[in-house]
Amino acid sequence: MNEFWVLLTGSLVGITCGLTGVFLILRKTAMIADAISHTVLFGIVVAFMITQSLSGFWMLVGAAIAGLLTTFLVQLLQSGGLQEDAAIGVVFTSLFALGVLFITLFAGNVHLDVEHVLMGEIAFVPWDTWDILGFSMPKAVWMLLIVLLFNILFLFFFYKEMKLTTFDPVFALSIGLPIVAMHYSYMTLVSLTTVAAFDSVGAVLVVAMLIGPAATAYLMSKSVLRMMIWSMFFGITAAITGYYLAKLWNTSIAGMMAAMIGVIFMLVFVFKPHDGWIWKMFKRIKLKDTKVHVES
Amino acid sequence: MDALQVKNLSVAYEEKVVLQNVNLTIPVGHLTGIIGPNGAGKSTLIKAILNQLPNKTGAVHILERPLNAKDHTVGYVPQRNAVDWDFPTNALDVVLMGRYGHIGMIKKPSAKDKQIAMDCLKDVGMEAFADRSIGQLSGGQQQRVFLARALAQEAEVYFMDEPFVGVDAATERTIIAILKDLKAKGKSVFVVHHDLQTAADYFDWIILLNQTITASGPTEQTFTEDNLQEAYGGKLFFMDQTKSNKTFN
Repeated sequence: MNEFWVLLTGSLVGITCGLTGVFLILRKTAMIADAISHTVLFGIVVAFMITQSLSGFWMLVGAAIAGLLTTFLVQLLQSGGLQEDAAIGVVFTSLFALGVLFITLFAGNVHLDVEHVLMGEIAFVPWDTWDILGFSMPKAVWMLLIVLLFNILFLFFFYKEMKLTTFDPVFALSIGLPIVAMHYSYMTLVSLTTVAAFDSVGAVLVVAMLIGPAATAYLMSKSVLRMMIWSMFFGITAAITGYYLAKLWNTSIAGMMAAMIGVIFMLVFVFKPHDGWIWKMFKRIKLKDTKVHVES
Repeated sequence: MDALQVKNLSVAYEEKVVLQNVNLTIPVGHLTGIIGPNGAGKSTLIKAILNQLPNKTGAVHILERPLNAKDHTVGYVPQRNAVDWDFPTNALDVVLMGRYGHIGMIKKPSAKDKQIAMDCLKDVGMEAFADRSIGQLSGGQQQRVFLARALAQEAEVYFMDEPFVGVDAATERTIIAILKDLKAKGKSVFVVHHDLQTAADYFDWIILLNQTITASGPTEQTFTEDNLQEAYGGKLFFMDQTKSNKTFN
């Protein structure tokens, strides 16, 4: 049974992050996910300091606010003339450092240590359960399901708006779409996704889950919808194969899952039809063999 | 009825003034070229008119009303290089984006919207490419798709930012035929353009711009050597070399 919960959690992380990550890749803001995954620590600590509880609900609220704060500060520094990558670097290291300081100063004896936040521990997931409506499931599964539901609802209702504000924000603005509100709503979802995936894979590997499957899907998709489906598929595949390989080699589950994302990406990158490496190499050889006759 | 009225429009990026005290009144039904040297603020003028710049002063009226995106009176073709053409979508889908303003938030495109999008693709001669990924289209084909998207907006006043840049001759002919057709239907079209050779042929109204308006009016009155020299700050050397006693129309 424990194995089932771990696999389910991993798969849910794969699906949720895979779905959310698609627009991070399309908007070319993959690194903002890295920033948010670190600054949610700040949000969680502040939520703990205010409420004195580690309840999942307040963690989500704190994370959402921290994600919005990160997005806002990055935007602010950018409009002040800083490059985006530099703005992200400044904001997330500062907020993350504040989070670490606050933990050691105010939450020293609580179960909220930095290593846990960074690496997570998916094997412990089955023991921390919530009872909701008579169902007893691991807390991580509940949180992931709730956040996945948010993601699906948001993308279902605002699919065309997200597509247009991503593809052509200038045109979107000209027909009156609220591009700023869309951006912040989406970044809130990224924050919620991050914190929901936190417990199982930690802040560092959640970035791999957000970016890797979506980047792989980008290589082989002709529409945003198909990219979402492929991205979720790659997320689940990485989670399940990662789990069994970790069991086989007795190594870190989350680490193995993230490693599998890298493996899948490389496989697609190399073997993809039409413009994968192998395909291109083959075409080049064929081209060389073709004799060119010039009629005189 | 005036298609466009601009009063005392000024725009500054940080400290640098890009547009200063622009005043324009242009009646409906004209195909208008916005012409001026590099850095004259042509694209900025369009963006300011479309209310896309926060740091502007002055008033803009389109069809004698303040701009309201929800009216669907304005169609827009941004510069082609403003978007990422590797975005995973096809030509028809991009044209369908022109319907989003009419469809409204949350709701999905109807069969009628899809039919309109397909008809607009046909108008620009691209119906065979409806399912083609936009990344596989040539520059000229991409520009046609952008024009078809604007047509799908079914607007009254159109703004187009450099639609002729980097397109093949056939596409240029298609685009200008469509623009003249729009004009014949009583629509008003504003086009940022930088090719002086074709300007007089294409447009029946010319705005000469260099940070402020140096001339605006029917082509035969405005497109004169004196006005051009003023707009280009005397930098039109080729005109001196081919000095002739005729104007450019």
